[in-house]
Amino acid sequence: MKVEPGDFVDVERVEKVVKKKRAKFPEKLIYEIAEAAERRDLSDDELDELVKEIKKAYQRAKVEQGEAVGTVAAQSVGEPGTQMTMRTFHYAGVAELNVTLGLPRLIEIVDARKKISTPTMAIYFEEDYGADEEFVRTIANRIGKIILSDVLADFSVNYASMSITVEIDEDKIKDKRLDHDEIIGKIEKAFKKVEIDKNVLSFEPTISESKHAIRELRLLADKVRDLQISGVKNIGKVVIRKEGTEWAIHTEGSNLGAVLKMEGVDKVRTTTNDIHEVEKVLGIEAARNSIIHEAQSTMEEQGLTVDVRHIMLVADMMTSDGIVKSIGRHGISGEKASVLARASFEETGKHLLRASIRGEIDHLTGIIENIIVGQPIPLGTGSVGVVMKDKKIGGRK
Amino acid sequence: MKKDILKHKLVPDHTILSKTEAKKVLKELNIHQEQLPKIKVDDPVAKAIGAKTGDILKITRKSQTAGRFVTYRLVIN
Repeated sequence: MKVEPGDFVDVERVEKVVKKKRAKFPEKLIYEIAEAAERRDLSDDELDELVKEIKKAYQRAKVEQGEAVGTVAAQSVGEPGTQMTMRTFHYAGVAELNVTLGLPRLIEIVDARKKISTPTMAIYFEEDYGADEEFVRTIANRIGKIILSDVLADFSVNYASMSITVEIDEDKIKDKRLDHDEIIGKIEKAFKKVEIDKNVLSFEPTISESKHAIRELRLLADKVRDLQISGVKNIGKVVIRKEGTEWAIHTEGSNLGAVLKMEGVDKVRTTTNDIHEVEKVLGIEAARNSIIHEAQSTMEEQGLTVDVRHIMLVADMMTSDGIVKSIGRHGISGEKASVLARASFEETGKHLLRASIRGEIDHLTGIIENIIVGQPIPLGTGSVGVVMKDKKIGGRK
Repeated sequence: MKKDILKHKLVPDHTILSKTEAKKVLKELNIHQEQLPKIKVDDPVAKAIGAKTGDILKITRKSQTAGRFVTYRLVIN
C-alpha cells in the first residue's frame, strides 16, 4: 500500500513514541516515520523498536561538536566547482534570454555582487489573470522597455529645413497595447520644440544657429528614436511563456519592488535572481532563501549535487549580520577578529601594519592563529579544555 | 503593499517575542542576545511587523532538511 499525499498520516502517534524515547527529531523525520508506519502497518511494539533504532542512527549521523563544518562545506562546494570550470557552457536558460550559469554565476553569488551580469525576473500572475493571455500581454508591454522607434511607421531627417519628421504607426501601438495619448504626453514632456499634427510629429533642435547644427540634428535624431515610451526602470526585453496552463513573463533586467506593486502580479511567486534586490524588498531572511535557491539551482543545472546543508551554512554566514556580506576579503574573511587569521588570507602586509599601528591583541582563539604559533588547534578533540572549580576539591574553598 | 511581502514564498514567518519569551529562549540556548544572528530595524519585514531595536524575532523557516526550523534574530540598528 502506498501512502498518497493528502492521506491521513497519524503523526501524533509517532510523536508520542518519540517523546517517550526521549529523542528530539525534526518535524520532517517524524512525518517520514509516521508515513512508513502507515505503509507497513506497524504495531505499537514495532514502532517502538523502529524509533529506538532511528534514534541510534540519528545520533550517529549528527555532526559532532567541535567539527569543522565550515571547512567541510568549503570543500564540498569547491570540489564540484572544479568540474564546472571545465564545462564552460554559457547557454540560455529561458527561450531567448541569456542567463549567466555555471562557475561565473556561483562566484557572483558568494561574492554578493551588487551588479550581477544578467539579472532576470520570473513574473507570475494571480489566479484570475494567469490564463488571460490578453491581460498578460498588456502587462508585459508595460514592464518591457519600448522605445519610440518601435512604434514608428516613418522616420526622416530633413537637412534642408533642419527638422526631423516621424510618423507614428497606429497599428503598432495597438499591437503593443499602448495608449496613444500617453505616448504623445511623454514626447511633449521630453522635447520642447515639437509640432504635433495627429500622427505626424516634427522635431527641431533647440540650438539651431550654432555651427554644429548638423551634429545637433543628428544627436536629436538619436534621442527621438531612443525615447523610452513604456517600461519599468532597469528592465529591458521581456519574454512571454506559457507554463502549464498559465502565462508567465521572464525579463532581462530586474526591478522587484516596482513589479510587485503592479496589479494582477502574483505577490507570492514572483521572484528575481538579484540577491541584493531581494534583500532590499523582502528582507534578510528572504535573501538567505534566495542565496540557497540560486546556489543550488546553479549546481543542479550543471548536473552536480551538493548537500543543501553546506549551502545553507554559506547562506547563514552571509546573512548573519542582518546584511548580505560576501565571502572573502571584503566580507566574512576580512572581518575576522584575529589579526593573524586575516593576515594569512589576503593582503598580509596591510593587516600586519594596521594591527601594529593600532596595537591590536590576538587572543589566539581560532584555528589559523594557533597553527601559526604552533599550538594545538581548538578543533575536534582539541576544542575541550580543563577547568578546575576550586570549590569542589575536598569541599575546601 | 507593506503587508504583501509577508506572504511572499521567500519570506518565512517572523514574530516578535515578548520579554519573558525572549528570556526563556536565551536561557534555553545558553547564550547572550548579542550572539544571535541579527536583523536590521529597517529590514522590510521588521518594519512590516513593527519590530523595535532590541527585540528578538522568532523566525519559523521552511527547511528542506528538517521540514520546519525555528531560529531567532536580534533586531539591531
